[in-house]
Amino acid sequence: MLLSGNEAIALGAYEAGVGVAAAYPGTPSTEILENLTRYKGVYAEWSPNEKVAVEVALGASFAGVRAMASMKHVGLNNAADPLFTSSYIGVRGGLLIVTTDDPGMYSSQNEQDSRNYAMAAKIPMLEPSDPGEAKEFAKLAFSLSERFDIPFLMRTTTRVSHVKGIVRTGKRAESKVKPGLEKDIVKLVMLPPFTNIRREDLERRSERLKKFAETFKHNRIEWGGKKVGFITSGVSYLYVKEAFPEASVLKLGMVHPLPEKLIKDFARKVDKLYVVEELDPFIELQVKAMGIKCKGKEVIPTQGELSQTIVKNAITGKKTAPAYKPPKMPGRPPVMCPGCAYRGVFYTLKGLDVFVAGDIGCYTLSALKPLSAIDSVVCMGAGISTGHGMDKALGERGRGKVVSVIGDSTFIHSGITGLINIVYNGGTSTVILLDNGVTAMTGRQPTPASGRTAMGELAPTFDFEALGRAIGLKHVYVVDPYDMKTTREVIEREVNREEPSLVIARRPCMLLPEVRGMREPAYFVLAEKCTGCRKCLGLGCPAITWVPSDKDKKKGRAEITEVLCTGCGLCVELCKVEAIVNDEG
Amino acid sequence: MKAKGDILFCGVGGQGIVLASEVTSLALMEAGYDVKKSEVHGMAQRGGSVLSHLRYGKRVYSPLIAPGGADIAVSFELLESLRYIHYLHPASEVIVNTQRIAPPSVATGAERYPEHVIGQLKRRGLSVLPVDAFEAARAIGEIKAENVILVGVLSNLLPVDKKYFIDAIKKKVPARFLDVNLEAFRKGRTECFTQASSV
Repeated sequence: MLLSGNEAIALGAYEAGVGVAAAYPGTPSTEILENLTRYKGVYAEWSPNEKVAVEVALGASFAGVRAMASMKHVGLNNAADPLFTSSYIGVRGGLLIVTTDDPGMYSSQNEQDSRNYAMAAKIPMLEPSDPGEAKEFAKLAFSLSERFDIPFLMRTTTRVSHVKGIVRTGKRAESKVKPGLEKDIVKLVMLPPFTNIRREDLERRSERLKKFAETFKHNRIEWGGKKVGFITSGVSYLYVKEAFPEASVLKLGMVHPLPEKLIKDFARKVDKLYVVEELDPFIELQVKAMGIKCKGKEVIPTQGELSQTIVKNAITGKKTAPAYKPPKMPGRPPVMCPGCAYRGVFYTLKGLDVFVAGDIGCYTLSALKPLSAIDSVVCMGAGISTGHGMDKALGERGRGKVVSVIGDSTFIHSGITGLINIVYNGGTSTVILLDNGVTAMTGRQPTPASGRTAMGELAPTFDFEALGRAIGLKHVYVVDPYDMKTTREVIEREVNREEPSLVIARRPCMLLPEVRGMREPAYFVLAEKCTGCRKCLGLGCPAITWVPSDKDKKKGRAEITEVLCTGCGLCVELCKVEAIVNDEG
Repeated sequence: MKAKGDILFCGVGGQGIVLASEVTSLALMEAGYDVKKSEVHGMAQRGGSVLSHLRYGKRVYSPLIAPGGADIAVSFELLESLRYIHYLHPASEVIVNTQRIAPPSVATGAERYPEHVIGQLKRRGLSVLPVDAFEAARAIGEIKAENVILVGVLSNLLPVDKKYFIDAIKKKVPARFLDVNLEAFRKGRTECFTQASSV
């Protein structure tokens, strides 16, 4: 079968007999859980955030069922709290936690190296190189987890998760652990002095794992020429094999803990030793601490993705230049979809001269031209809390100048506590909640407010207005962002209010199948009426294009691409000469 | 025809590039090759530039094509063929959909769409197969099938029997769009390819 790394991980977990899987969507991890919803005998859920997902999986493990949580690298930060204690407790049913790193930051706010978590949390970590290994490692992880009484981490990168390769299927296995509840105060209650007992036990388990790493079949030496040897793991292994097919390679399938004897033995037998890894010198620093002479980050970049070319050039010191260089040309960044309701909110904010503390989601794209309407982005939920920080720092000087903006899924993930904080501590912030009913950026996964679950079952919906009032907000308003006039009036009024408020801008995502079917007729521009004022272009709508005039290149008119227009009408509101119409007049 | 090769697919999010590379990967796999394909998800569907690497051979290690390594490029949009030109070498074959999609800065009038793109490719000595896939897809009544039109053109350059492509299309395309996609493949493989080769 031709499967992506993520599809392969789901298959591996299924074949290992996983019973419970929980995740929060995040590129490049999302498809792992999406695929698990399709297997019989697996309960799969979107949790509101990664901390909850790991705790759900841990609970399933307590109950003697094999369980998994998957997330992107920054999601593991969110889940770090249960992660660090889970190694003390260990498992009953095998537990696998998958983290997908994004070197090069194709769709992330940072490129942290999750391998550091393995060492810090004292949890063993597997690192596959391709989809075939991803499946095999995922399947193996559950039995290893039970054998060593510890959760296993698995780290992939974009070029493992989103690579498709050939994968072999197998049969679904079952755990020897019997599902059920077992009370065990020393193992499960992390209260001193039980913590100390488990801490000491963790050392013993770590020692056993170190011994196991020496003979683990996926830590293997591929002997070639002995002049140069490479220690590598993950996708970097593939780049090394491609760049130096004749060299000897120690390929590490488990990157924590490291097999010290195996490494020393390999190092002794090669003349020159390189450690090739993406991002941090995680393996390299440990190899050097073993007293072994090697080269790594002296030549291998610490930023971004590697490739066979980068590895080859770094080691040989030669530079190969391709035959052609791209000419200078217009860029093509991703943009917010035509008909996106949020466009109306950001167009309004741009006109208000406020500082917009933004958050993580599709709407982050409105930071780019021409909307240029987001002024800071940190992490999930930070829009609300950093807005509050600015409010407290500036007091009167900041009044009416700061707005926090957050999407519905992000709000449930990490925004609610920040909003409670604003009310509790007497903040005056205005929080705009962009409610489109889904986690749109990662492919429209349902949220706790969508009314359905990952497995397609009906779920209770979530009342954002009632939540706002329950935590003590006096000012909660709902606006339709397609109605820009009212949206502007409400935002302007609330921003200047000396009390906190929540403005909910509500419109379903245009990409939802049920919304696609309800589109209004497309608009078009009456060429004879358009004055070429460019007002509509300020929306940054992909359906509107500037057509320069043949005679005077500085003049021209707007044109609407019919197949892209969703009939949202935002541009109609902006056009002062009524040049934008549809078939309904 | 070679026993290994690197194919680069590029274009604009929403053009069906991932499906095209998927169908090609499946055909190569069923024909007995090891295959790896790699792309970046997440931002792609929002009209951004999309790049998909497809490598086949007896044993493929890296999922990425090296700069200067692509034997074939399939550009789903005119100017995108220039954006990734550093992946090509003088013997590369370039299939170019002549459809133009204005990038945001061109749409707002801040920048101009590059002129004479095909000429720029030819001037560098590249062998170019220009295809009006949008028009060909419109002619068979489904503009979304332009991706399979291009797969049809591409199939002529690969050491794979056409039955593997047809099987792959049957596997990957929903039943109600199957007939029109099979027609798109046929049209791409025959008429469009003949026309492109004679330009």
